[in-house]
Amino acid sequence: MELTGADIFARCLAEEGVEYVFGYPGGAVLPIYDALYQQDKVKHILVRHEQAATHAADGYARATGRPGVVLVTSGPGATNAVTGIATAYMDSIPMVAFTGQVPTAMIGNDAFQEVDNVGITRPCVKHNFMVKDVNDLAETIRKAFYVATTGRPGPVVVDIPKDITVHKAEYKYPKRVNMRSYNPVTKGHPRQIKKAIDLMLTAKRPMLYTGGGVVLSNGSRALIDITRLLGYPITNTLMGLGAYPATDRQFLGMLGMHGTYEANMAMHNCDVLIAIGARFDDRVVGNVEKFCPTAKIVHIDIDPASISKTVKVDVPIVGPVDQVLKEMLKVLKESKATPDAAALKAWWEQIEEWRAMDCLKYEQDSETIKPQYVVESLYNVTKGKAFVTSDVGQHQMFAAQFYKFDKPNRWINSGGLGTMGFGFPAAMGVQLAHPKETVACITGEGSIQMCIQEMSTCRQYGLPLKIINLNNGCLGMVRQWQEFFYQGRYAMSYMESLPDFVKLAESYGHVGMQITKPEDVEPALQEAMKMKDRLVFMDFLTDSKENVYPMVPAGAGQNEMILV
Amino acid sequence: MENEAGALSRVAGLFSARGYNIESLTVAPTEDESLSRMTLVTSGTADVIEQITKQLNKLIDVVKLMDMYECAHIEREMMLIKVRAANGGREEVKRLAEIFRGSIIDVTNTIFTIEVTGTSDKLDAFVNAVDQADIIEVVRSGVTGIARGEKALHV
Repeated sequence: MELTGADIFARCLAEEGVEYVFGYPGGAVLPIYDALYQQDKVKHILVRHEQAATHAADGYARATGRPGVVLVTSGPGATNAVTGIATAYMDSIPMVAFTGQVPTAMIGNDAFQEVDNVGITRPCVKHNFMVKDVNDLAETIRKAFYVATTGRPGPVVVDIPKDITVHKAEYKYPKRVNMRSYNPVTKGHPRQIKKAIDLMLTAKRPMLYTGGGVVLSNGSRALIDITRLLGYPITNTLMGLGAYPATDRQFLGMLGMHGTYEANMAMHNCDVLIAIGARFDDRVVGNVEKFCPTAKIVHIDIDPASISKTVKVDVPIVGPVDQVLKEMLKVLKESKATPDAAALKAWWEQIEEWRAMDCLKYEQDSETIKPQYVVESLYNVTKGKAFVTSDVGQHQMFAAQFYKFDKPNRWINSGGLGTMGFGFPAAMGVQLAHPKETVACITGEGSIQMCIQEMSTCRQYGLPLKIINLNNGCLGMVRQWQEFFYQGRYAMSYMESLPDFVKLAESYGHVGMQITKPEDVEPALQEAMKMKDRLVFMDFLTDSKENVYPMVPAGAGQNEMILV
Repeated sequence: MENEAGALSRVAGLFSARGYNIESLTVAPTEDESLSRMTLVTSGTADVIEQITKQLNKLIDVVKLMDMYECAHIEREMMLIKVRAANGGREEVKRLAEIFRGSIIDVTNTIFTIEVTGTSDKLDAFVNAVDQADIIEVVRSGVTGIARGEKALHV
């Protein structure tokens, strides 16, 4: 059957099982919008800014494991989407972003709303395509989804010139695509797995350090099983939170720049480090020279380029985390060998001493609301079951430290790129994916203003998000660094003329609340959570002088933490 | 590499984005028109070269990669050099070209254009051997390479 490119596009998306497309129309994509209008399989969510479309698709992907889909027009539509594409790229999130393009004959003419999308996005995508023939459209879309979701996931951009969407071609959706130069690893090498287990069992002071790769590969179950079987301590990176239950005794909390004392000390002093789906990011490692000085390192990762990129490892295993961990469990159970119980006992005693420091302790007085208290209260009120997105800054760290995630895919934040403005639109994607669940966006008065226009989108689609605005009147993390490292010269970290968030929320048709007293925090949260079908914007006026502790200053060793 | 628009810029972009150095780069289609072959000369410590190799392999347009320094191989580069050659100088330049097994491929009353092929060192040596004041223009192709013996880079 002959179809136009636009109809082929709509068919392909339906074929891929796409539920939602997040987008914004414009000249170059009008034929596509016309085709979407005439079908009912794929729903389109109209955002208020293309950046939000990408973050919403990203949030949807993180909460479901399915690829997020974006559709924007050429030129500014595409450039506005770049931040969200780069965000997804840094956190290896499966996403397919379709960008409109001027007609093929006009490419390179500086036509109206023309920009080199393929060129601009090249460094921040897993791969990108420009479709130059309508006969290639279906196969290219199939390839885009295949590349985005397999191996180490990532965003793929498909640039579609307008004439391609109007031309006709025989429609056939390829079941399978063959790409000779793209063959992601599907299994870890058995000999490396055996070597890793041998090393892990010799450990006197073992440590598991796991990251976002566990979440992305659905490896949480296998990780829990192997961690419990071994009885080893475990820490998660910012991206890996929830992959191991935070309320479990073996969990030492998050590690890294704002990680717990016990997690960082255990990292520094371990003799065997088992890194799983984590990439030795600088916010985790600190000073490479001082990193885990006494440890032999096992590293499991799907991406060979992540192995020994910054930190040299002793036993690399390239493969999907889930498969490798399951294989490890099998080998462990079959072998009679067990960990050194006496050494492990002594190691745990040491760890408990570190844990007794209670490094996250804070004091809530009766006057000013502490941001930590708001997050803890949110945790209590939602019984730890909410999906929580965050923006970037102090509130993000407080959320990571104080909301104890027991399940994966529930903690959604921009870890790699650190994109302010991410949390709110990401929460929209999460809420659409899980309409019955509580979705909270922990944010600050700085970050929320970067995508605040999406309150209008939430109104249109009835998304009952709970926005937890930790409003300390300043860009908290910037202020903190200025206090620590710039002798208190607070350059541009205090904002004047903040809006009245309550009235703002109300003007968009939502519920607004302002909470100023500590004793009102819990009751207000209770009240907000009861409003199941309303977006509630909760503006908490919090202590502007509060800092995030512990802190490993950039370039220091993991054992060199500022504690208070 | 896939012989597709954009493949070259993915490689070039990777090098600039990650701070690697390209010393020379040559690329042209092969006997299989869906493929083109690139020879890229770079430098770095063993760790850096390992990262470059891994990052290049990640590019979807890169079909197969071979580190020539890990095997016996042959390198060649071609140079066209335009030299002022008048009166008594003509014989001297001609002799020099013969020593380097170059060939004079264009002649005017005052100018020889010489083609020299060989390793980059040999081309450097030729450039140095010519009186610097007589050199009008030099164009070099960049290095191409191939493994010795049975070993071959093919899909």
